[in-house]
Amino acid sequence: MARLSYLKALQRALADEMARDENVCVLGEDIGVGVNNVTTGLLAKHGPLRVVDTPLSEQAFTSFATGAALAGQRPVIEFQIPSLLFLVFEQIANQAHKFSLMTGGQAKVPVTYFVPGSGSRSGWAGQHSDHPYGLFAHVGVKTVVPATPEDAYGLFLTAIRDDDPVMLFAPAGSLGVRGDVDMDALGPVPLGVGRVHREGTDVTVVAVGHLVQSALAVAEQLADQISVEVFDPRTLHPFDWDGLAASVAKTGRLVVIDDSNRMCGIAGEILATAAEQMRLTVPPKRVTRPDGAVLPFARELDLAVQPQQDQLLTAVQEVYKSSR
Amino acid sequence: MNMAEGLYRTMRLIRRFEERAIELVHAGEIIGGIHPYIGQEAIAAGVCAALRDDDVITSTHRGHGHVLAKGADPVRMLAELTGRATGLNQGRGGSMHAADFSKGIYGANGIVGAGGAIATGAAWAAVKEGSDRVAVSFFGDGAVNQGVLLEAFNLAALWRLPVLFVCENNGYATTLTVAQAVAGSITARAEAFGIPAVSVDGADAAAVLDAARDAVARGRTGGGPSFIEATAYRFDAHHTWEHKARVRYRADEEVAAGRSRDPLDIQGVRLDAETRAGIDADTETLMAEAVAFALDSPRPDPAGALDHLYATGLRGRDGIGLLDTAVR
Ligand SMILES: Cc1ncc(C[n+]2csc(CCOP(=O)(O)OP(=O)(O)O)c2C)c(N)n1
Repeated sequence: MARLSYLKALQRALADEMARDENVCVLGEDIGVGVNNVTTGLLAKHGPLRVVDTPLSEQAFTSFATGAALAGQRPVIEFQIPSLLFLVFEQIANQAHKFSLMTGGQAKVPVTYFVPGSGSRSGWAGQHSDHPYGLFAHVGVKTVVPATPEDAYGLFLTAIRDDDPVMLFAPAGSLGVRGDVDMDALGPVPLGVGRVHREGTDVTVVAVGHLVQSALAVAEQLADQISVEVFDPRTLHPFDWDGLAASVAKTGRLVVIDDSNRMCGIAGEILATAAEQMRLTVPPKRVTRPDGAVLPFARELDLAVQPQQDQLLTAVQEVYKSSR
Repeated sequence: MNMAEGLYRTMRLIRRFEERAIELVHAGEIIGGIHPYIGQEAIAAGVCAALRDDDVITSTHRGHGHVLAKGADPVRMLAELTGRATGLNQGRGGSMHAADFSKGIYGANGIVGAGGAIATGAAWAAVKEGSDRVAVSFFGDGAVNQGVLLEAFNLAALWRLPVLFVCENNGYATTLTVAQAVAGSITARAEAFGIPAVSVDGADAAAVLDAARDAVARGRTGGGPSFIEATAYRFDAHHTWEHKARVRYRADEEVAAGRSRDPLDIQGVRLDAETRAGIDADTETLMAEAVAFALDSPRPDPAGALDHLYATGLRGRDGIGLLDTAVR
């Protein structure tokens, strides 16, 4: 086993795919130097026709990637900060995503939109701390949020190889995570297949992205009282509803922890589907940011808005205790 | 076929296609209406005559002329407008999204200014592949105020990409005049990025073709992007809803003056009368066939409403909007 960091896993996935397929190219701001450390070394290796340092023109380069993809390329776009996705919602949700259907299947748009550092980074405040994955899942763009180094590697590979547009959110809170990884076993991870990180029989906790680590910590803390199963969907759209149903069938109890806003968020979708289609024995709970939240600057305010491990712990205890 | 005839034939096709389509809108056979291109035919015909089959175009909400001039089958195109399974897009696109990728037609587009960056990316892909393909983006005067288009000018010029930006200045963005909307001149927008820009008479197909040939040659030989402003007059409504809405924003005298310079006549007088009549008759036959084909074609099966949503065939869960699904 070797230690692999999440960031290194992303870097390796992109490098491997670029080496494997001529048509894979990467576009973004400051990627030649590699300020986000994901594209480091790629310019020297592949040159400026495959590693394209773009001006600050998010709208243009996002649709530029669509045009290149329609013409046979497989572009990967790196976005420096998650809020840039608000600038390019038209170009992704309204152009790239809609081409296949609107053309009656004539066109495909294999672009990967990649955000290495989504969510709160301490002290980055209101305009740099969103996690807008729910927006893209809602409009139907394939949306991926890996939690571990091997999943970061495997899902990035799959995203690049996929013939549709795919969003890949790498939470800022995950970038430093390291894991023991069998390097030879690294490979593509399919979209739409969740992962049970820890088996349990009393409560299913669904955790998105970096919160998987929090959920595992809570499960450990409660191990002698409550048997918690930690389910990581890995992709939010398509979502592994069968995997979730299997877990809920065992536990009958559900808590979701998701670091995005509560109103119309992915956590609400998970609870609604469980309520409609699964056998819940008690009402489920979710731990999220507040409705419509904007992350405040000061550390204590920022943390007050993000879902916390102790809130999850309380929610799990409450769901466990509530009567059937 | 010589070039003068070819240009006229294309324009005649676009004109009759539009006229027949408007009839079908009024007959309720084309729902949603259309944005007629009548009066601007010389621009699509002239530019596309300078292109090869493998060159790429992106078009606009007023896209029929571009799509036809680039070589889409008018019969399947009309079937698309009438929402038939036999349409270019199998009835999934309609007027505002008609596309034919086999002919490099990346589609009409419902968002003003959206095609510019897409064409620029397609031009870049050609360079990366080592091909001398070019890409053309058509757009209206309204689009020159869209940020994404100006961003695309910068990328195209910076990277010397083989893309031709064609602005069809018909004087109006819906009801808003160019004078009310555009600070400075339209060509100056391109020139500011170092893109060679010319203004041509968009009612004269031969003049448009000349300008397009220069621009396409520049693109094919590594000379980078070009910009053509083609001035023209939109003879008809912005959209067929105008007939119902009865909005008034153009004086009758202005419309009459605009219509007096008909691009079909300007090109038509360059042919002998017999040739012109022959082309007119051929077009009539073709359009009659297209209308019959469209109206006889089957409508798409509602059960397939989300077919092609993903190139990979992924199927999400149904909402309550899909007909015919027993289990939800
Ligand atoms: C970005 C955007 N804004 C507004 C609209 C609504 N709209 C459709 S066509 C149009 C006018 C476009 O004018 P212009 O670009 O000059 O083209 P023309 O209609 O004259 O061909 C408007 C405002 C739209 N489709 N897209």
